[in-house]
Formats: sequence, C-alpha cells, structure tokens
Amino acid sequence: MFENLDLTKLIFGRLTWDAIPFHDPIILATFAVVAVGGVAMLVALTRYKLWGYLWTEWFTSIDHKKIGIMYIILGLVMLLRGFADAIMMRLQQAFAFGDNMGYLPPDHYDQIFTAHGVIMIFFVAMPLVTGIMNYLIPLQIGTRDVAFPFLNNFSFWMTAGGAALMMVSLFVGEFAKTGWLAYPPLSGILQSPGVGVDYYIWSLQIAGVGTLLSGINLLVTIVKMRAPGMSLMKMPVFTWTSLCTNVLIVAAFPVLTAVLGMLTLDRYLGTAFFTNDMGGNAMMYVNLIWIWGHPEVYILILPVFGIFSEIVATYSRKPLFGYTSMVYATVVITVLSYLVWLHHFFTMGSGASVNSFFGITTMIISIPTGAKIFNWLFTMFRGRIKFDVPMLWTLGFMVTFVIGGMTGVLLAVPPVDFVLHNSLFLIAHFHNVIIGGVLFGLFAGITYWFPKATGYKLDEFWGKLSFWFWLIGFYFAFMPLYVLGLMGVTRRVSHFEDQSLQIWFQIAAFGAVLIAVGIAAFLIQLIVSFRRREALADETGDPWDGRTLEWSTSSPPPPYNFAFTPRVHDLDAWWQMKQHGFKRPESGFIPIHMPKGTWAGIVLSAISVACGFALIWHMWLAAAVTFVALIGTAIYHTFNYDRDYYIPAEEVERIEAERTKVLANV
Amino acid sequence: MSEHTHDHDHHEAEGPHVSLKEYVIGFVLAVILTVIPFWLVMGNVFESSTTTALLILPFMVVQIVVHMVFFLHMNFHSEGGWNMLALIFTLVLVFITLAGSLWVMISLNNNMMPGMMG
Amino acid sequence: MSEATMTADVKTQDGQLEFLVKGDHHPQNGTLLGFWLYLMSDCLIFAALFATYGVLARSYAGGPTGMEVFDLSLVAINTSFLLLSSITYGFAMLQMQANRLKGTLFWLAITALLGAAFLGLELYEFYHLIHIGATPQTSGFLTAFFALVGTHGLHVLFGIVWLVTLLFQLKKHGLIPANKRRVFCLSMFWHFLDVVWVGVFTYVYLMGVLP
Repeated sequence: MFENLDLTKLIFGRLTWDAIPFHDPIILATFAVVAVGGVAMLVALTRYKLWGYLWTEWFTSIDHKKIGIMYIILGLVMLLRGFADAIMMRLQQAFAFGDNMGYLPPDHYDQIFTAHGVIMIFFVAMPLVTGIMNYLIPLQIGTRDVAFPFLNNFSFWMTAGGAALMMVSLFVGEFAKTGWLAYPPLSGILQSPGVGVDYYIWSLQIAGVGTLLSGINLLVTIVKMRAPGMSLMKMPVFTWTSLCTNVLIVAAFPVLTAVLGMLTLDRYLGTAFFTNDMGGNAMMYVNLIWIWGHPEVYILILPVFGIFSEIVATYSRKPLFGYTSMVYATVVITVLSYLVWLHHFFTMGSGASVNSFFGITTMIISIPTGAKIFNWLFTMFRGRIKFDVPMLWTLGFMVTFVIGGMTGVLLAVPPVDFVLHNSLFLIAHFHNVIIGGVLFGLFAGITYWFPKATGYKLDEFWGKLSFWFWLIGFYFAFMPLYVLGLMGVTRRVSHFEDQSLQIWFQIAAFGAVLIAVGIAAFLIQLIVSFRRREALADETGDPWDGRTLEWSTSSPPPPYNFAFTPRVHDLDAWWQMKQHGFKRPESGFIPIHMPKGTWAGIVLSAISVACGFALIWHMWLAAAVTFVALIGTAIYHTFNYDRDYYIPAEEVERIEAERTKVLANV
Repeated sequence: MSEHTHDHDHHEAEGPHVSLKEYVIGFVLAVILTVIPFWLVMGNVFESSTTTALLILPFMVVQIVVHMVFFLHMNFHSEGGWNMLALIFTLVLVFITLAGSLWVMISLNNNMMPGMMG
Repeated sequence: MSEATMTADVKTQDGQLEFLVKGDHHPQNGTLLGFWLYLMSDCLIFAALFATYGVLARSYAGGPTGMEVFDLSLVAINTSFLLLSSITYGFAMLQMQANRLKGTLFWLAITALLGAAFLGLELYEFYHLIHIGATPQTSGFLTAFFALVGTHGLHVLFGIVWLVTLLFQLKKHGLIPANKRRVFCLSMFWHFLDVVWVGVFTYVYLMGVLP
C-alpha cells in the first residue's frame, strides 16, 4: 500500500503551479492590481496601528450594529467584483460578431457569467439584505442585541469566508463554467472534471451555514425580544417583512444544503444521484434546487418591500396606508413562494396538468405584490412628499418593478415560456425585478439609514447623480435584452453570427457604462460625505422625522442601543412618543447586561475556509486535519461559559450625559 | 448557542415539566406502533404490496405524532405557541417538497420516457 | 405575547402614557425556540433526501433491489436500540428535573451507549452491503439509500459526540441553568432523530422489501 504513497500528492492534492493562470493576461493584471492594493492596505493598517482596533472593535465584536455594517461593506465590495464581471460580458457581446471573436475565450466567458450570478445573489444581495436586517431589527423592536450574539458574529464570518473562497478561485484554479445553479450533468464530474464546480459547492456551503444561522437568530430575536407592548400587529413593517424573510431562509436553505451535498457526493464518491447512467436523474437536481431557488427570490425582495414601506411613510409624512393588508400580503407571499418553483422549468416536460398548476400559482402570487404597490401609492396620495434621495429610489423602483412584474406574469404562462425560456427576455425580466426591486431598495435603505449608522447624512448631489445614472443606465442596459429575447436570442452566448443583432448589444453595453457611472457616483458620495461629515452631521438622531423606534436613539446608537427599554403602545411607536411630548430621562440609569466579544467566530470561519480549500484541491490530509480542528475548536468554545458582562451605570450615565449636551445645542 | 451563565431564572419556564408517566406511555405506544408494521411486512400477512403499504403508512404517521407528543412534549402552549406554529409550517413544507417532487418527477417520466416506467 | 398585552397601557402617575421600562428589563431566553427552529430546518434537509429517495427508489440500474439486500431483522434490532435510547434519555431528563446529577450522568451515558450500538450495527450493515457489491455507486436506488440512512447516522454520531461533551460539562459545572438548557436541547435533537428514523424504517426498509 505504501509504495503508492506520493507525498506531494498527499499534501497538495491536485494543486500544482499550473493552477495559477499565468497565461491569461486579464487575470494576471487583475491579480497585480489586487496584490498591490492588498499590500498597500496591509501596510497602511500596520503603519497606523489599526490591527488591534479592528480585531477588538470589529472582527470579534458581537454588537449587531457593527456586524450589520460589516455585512454591508462585504456586500458593496462584492458588488464591485460582480459588476466587473457584468461589464466584461457586455463588452464581449457588444463586439463578438462574425469574424470578431471578442476578447474573452468561451472558457473564460463561461466562468464570468457563472461568477456574476453567484456573486450577485449570494455575496451582494444576501449580505446587503442580511446586513440591513441585522442593523435594524434590534433597533426597531427596542432591544439591545440579537438573541444569539455569538452566532451572529459566526454567521457573518461564514458568509465572508464563502466570499473569500469564491475570490480565491479567481487566482488559484478556475470557477465553475456551468451557470449560477450548476445544473448536472454539466456540473457532474465527467463534464466538469476541474475544480470550478468544487469552488462553487464549497463557497456556497460555507456561506450557507452563515445564512441559515443568521436566519434562525433573527427569527428568534423578533419572536422573543420585542419591547414590552409591541404585539405582532404593532411591529414596524420592515420587521414584519424581515420576519417572513427569515422564515423563508430557515425553510429554504436546508434544501440547497442537501442538494449541493448530493452533487458533492456525485463528484467526490461517484454516486448516482444526478448522473445520466446508473439510474441517476439530473432533473431531480433542477427540481430540488428551485424548491430553494424560488423562495430565495422572495428572501431578497421581501425585506426590500419593508424598506420601501418605511421610506414611503416617512417621506409622505403619513402612516403607511393599509398596514394590515401589507402584513397579510407579506404572509401570503411567504406561503405561496413555496408553490411556484416549477415555473423555472416549464419546458422540462412534466405535462399540461403540472404546468398549469404552477402557472396559475405564479399568477396568483402577483396579486399580493400588486396590493403592496397600491398601498404605497395610497400612502403617497395627498401626502406631503419630500423628494429626497431615498424617495427617488422608491419612485424609480415603483415604475421599474411594475414593468418587471408584468413581464414575469407573461413568463408565467407556460406556452409563452416555451418560446421565451432561457432567452434574453428572461435575463431582462429578472434583472428588471432584482435591480429595479432589490438593488434600488438596498440603495434607498442605505441612504435612509446611513445617518443612523454613522452620525452623518449622505451627500444629496452625488446621491441624486447615482440614482439617475442607475435608473437610466438600467433601461438602456436591459430594454434591448427584452427585444433580443423576443427575437429568440438565448442567454450565455459569447459570440454571434447575425450582425443585425449587434446594435442592440451595443445599446446594452452603453447602459452598463451608465450604471458604472452610477456606481462610481455612489462611491464618490461615500467619500464626499465622509469629508463633509461635520456639515452633514445628524445630532438629533432623528434626521428625517421618522416614525419607528430606531430614530429614538442617538446616531450612531450607543453600544446598548437604549438606556431604558422602550414601552410600546401603538404602531409607529416613536411617532407616538413625539406626539405625546416624550422627554428623554437624564438620570436614574442602571447597569446594562451585555454579551462579550469573542474570537471564536472568525477562527471557526477561517478553519472552515481552509477545510473547504483542501477539499476542493483533494488535499485529503489537510482536509482531515482542518476538519478535526474545526470540530475541536467548536467543542472548545462550548466550554466557555463566561459570555456576558454589565456596562456599569456610571458609564451609561456618561454616554447619556454627552448626548444631552449634544441635543441641547441642536 | 449563546447562554448566559448568571441567568435570571425568575421567569423560569425553561422547557416543559416532564413526567415518568408520559415517557412510559410514549414508549409503550411507540413499541406497539413499531412492532405491528414490522409484523405486517415480515410475516407476509397480506398478499398485496399495496395493501401492506397503505396499512403501514398510517402507523408511521401515528408513531410520529406519538413521539412528538410524549417525547418532544409538543403542545400549543410551549414558547407561546411558536414551537407548534413552526412545526405545522414545516410539516406543510415537507409535504409540499415530497408530494410536489414526486408529482413533478413522475409526470416527467410518464411524459418523456414512457417506455422506461416499471 | 401575554406580557405584551398586559403592559399595553401602562401610565405614569399624572395619567400620561409610560414610554419606558424604568427597571431592569430582560427579554426571554430564546435558546430552546432557536434550537427547535434549527431542528425544523434539519427536517427539511431530510425532506429533500426522502424526496430524492422517493424518486430514485426504483432506479436499480441492473443492481440489486431492496428486497434482495435489506435484512429486516437487523433493522428491527436497530430500531429497538433507538427506541430504548429515547426512553433512557427520558430517564435522564427526569433525574435532571429532580436535580440529581449522578442519575442524570448515568442515564445519559446509557443513552450514548445505545446510540453507539445503533451506529455500530448500521456500520455493520453498510459494510455488509458494500461487501456483497451493493455499493453507493451501484445504482440510483443505492445512492439515495446510503445518502438518506447515512445522513441519519451522521446525525446520531454528532449526537453522541455532543452527549459526551455534555457529560464533561455537567461534571465540571453541575446542573446550572446553562447546562440544563443544553441537556434539553440535546433531548430535542435525540428525539427528533427518532422521528426521522420512524420515517426511514417505514418508507425505506419496510416499503423497500415489498414485492
């Protein structure tokens, strides 16, 4: 047995120098930029002695506010990567006609569209949504932290770990060339023998642990930790939609875990779940992954509906129209989202009865969504609307999302879907709802709550610029795709023969450039706002004359959020407090019970990433060692019973006295 | 899980009160509900597979309920009813996943590979 | 929620609405609910595996059928181990309720042994199957079978590791509230595995050997 033992292979598995893409100038240049930037950042951090600060104040922090901010930073960084992929595809398709093969070989193009989809859904939209929920839920329900603060930190690091593993694939090896859901048999070991699909599997599995645990965490937080008096029907709408989103996360992500696990077994052990031979059934993968995939769509959009509801009410200076119907619509969407998954594969051939059932459920689900649109319209009706940046995003959303919704209902008709399946019409549709819905909502939310998190508002000018470039850029980029889809152009194609299509792709590329300007304007907005933070400062804690409890604390809130737990009597609790002339107490503070920071989250995540990397490259020895280390560290952590402390009353008094001073100057 | 050591147990109610009687009843019922289906299958009591299958499935359902009630102490009060709500919601989803997948996949096989059913 | 309704209209002495809780306010502990929600999510992992087994159950690909490879008497013994282990865990719970540390440790240890016996027998079954050529790679049916039963087995293994860890923690700190909560969570986990096993032996083994 031992004569076959190859030490290099045991340690490095299939990792060799060939895995580094030296031959590809695009990747090499990217690597150079990333390396130089990374080294510069490390040097700067060391030079200004920021490591200790980052470690104690951020990386090991279990403060839900800091974790929320870290999620949002992760999402924005990954947005840049995902958008880089997008603009590369747009450029390729704008030129690759006839004799011109474009600048990306098909092999590379396939990795790019896969990476774009995976990053945008899992590492942009999910972290941004989770980050905003993490930041806001405890503040909105008047509590001091989430139910399981350590798990919260751990969840974040697992998500970040998955993203890191995904980024490693850019420079070491390759990424999947299968499309963002990695359908077998293409993603099976026969057709994809490389490491690409393994990177896909393990980065999603690691991030998935984080997502699931944060879902459970926020769910328990909302159920158990609401301020006294806040019954379910007195919760802010954003909290309601978050509740439903987290229900969906807890109920949907296990299916993804299971189906990716089965794909892993097929690839690593040669089992026959989704193979063509040996009695496997590849369509079962498609079926299962969409049982997760469809709820996932609502996981992204529901919190955003909540964000828009908060913004519309605040900027129209009216209570939300039809709060109860809004809640019921959200709950109905939550349940129905489990009954529509087959509309993603009408063409698979399950027959007329199956297709019509799922077609009808899909059309039904647009009813509660439509009800929400009307609720927002009626909230605005006769309101005194202030057209600040968040409200602009909201209006842009309402127009754009309705178009996307209607093309969605069109696709829900099975015979129409047979024509449009996998065409660019579909691509246009889901970008229409994800950009026009989720992304616009996230930008609206970030702008709206930015002063709460940082203590200063975002610069108006650059915000408006960013909004208009995004909005117009979106229409330029995706309306041509509707046209192309109707003409029968399919997705994921890197080269075309028919020159008459080229003009549409060039318009789309122009749109992508406009969006790039929009993103740049957003980044400039962050910098400009930071430099003007004195002028833009929010000292009241309530810059927009808000309605919900998060506006009752200072901006940014103290570590304990509320010196005294609020008592809720009505919907829009903070509005009611203001109406009743609520006076902030300035004495009588008591010690506050808080959880302690811990190293365990980041360490466990780092070991998981190492284990994932070892498994990807078949480094069995390293995989075994890291796996044992993972279990061992987790068990070791459970022996730590000393997890909380008290902020002394004097400290609370000092912080609150400072705020009193600031408020006196407003 | 993040526990707090010096926890404030004045509002006790940590988990339900359990009793010996409950466990014994549960155990006896579980044994009966296990033995009968094993006997039905191993003893070849019925000729037809369909009859046996249709008979043992209800035993499975009842036994799952027994375990839920007597071992997992499910009721409508624990955790303010949220436990039960979560359970019912999950069962609905389990049903949708199982029945839906089977319906979709069997219809697919019937339509696309009619010769291969068997 | 009862607390919420009771305090809805608390007023100060001069008849104003009271907007703050002036004393120390501790929200309820959510560990048990959180763990239950985790179990529900686990339940959906098993749902996916059961669904896959249901779809692939007759895909023999020329390999052996369930009737040819399943040994029901083995399964019956294994089922009895698991059933016994649930009542011994129940005894541990009763001992804990009476605040008897030694009794709790004793019955937990018995439970771990029964779990290990279950796992040992299952491993023997797997070994036997692979030995006679019914490997997970043989057919869609066997793939789905090994995945479903194996995932359940991995859960039992995880439960045993947790149980042993808990024995040490109980020894070290005694029956403090944090530990009691852990024993309670593990009990839910353990009984939940029973429930899954009921599905497995009926749907996979008993229905699998029917002609």
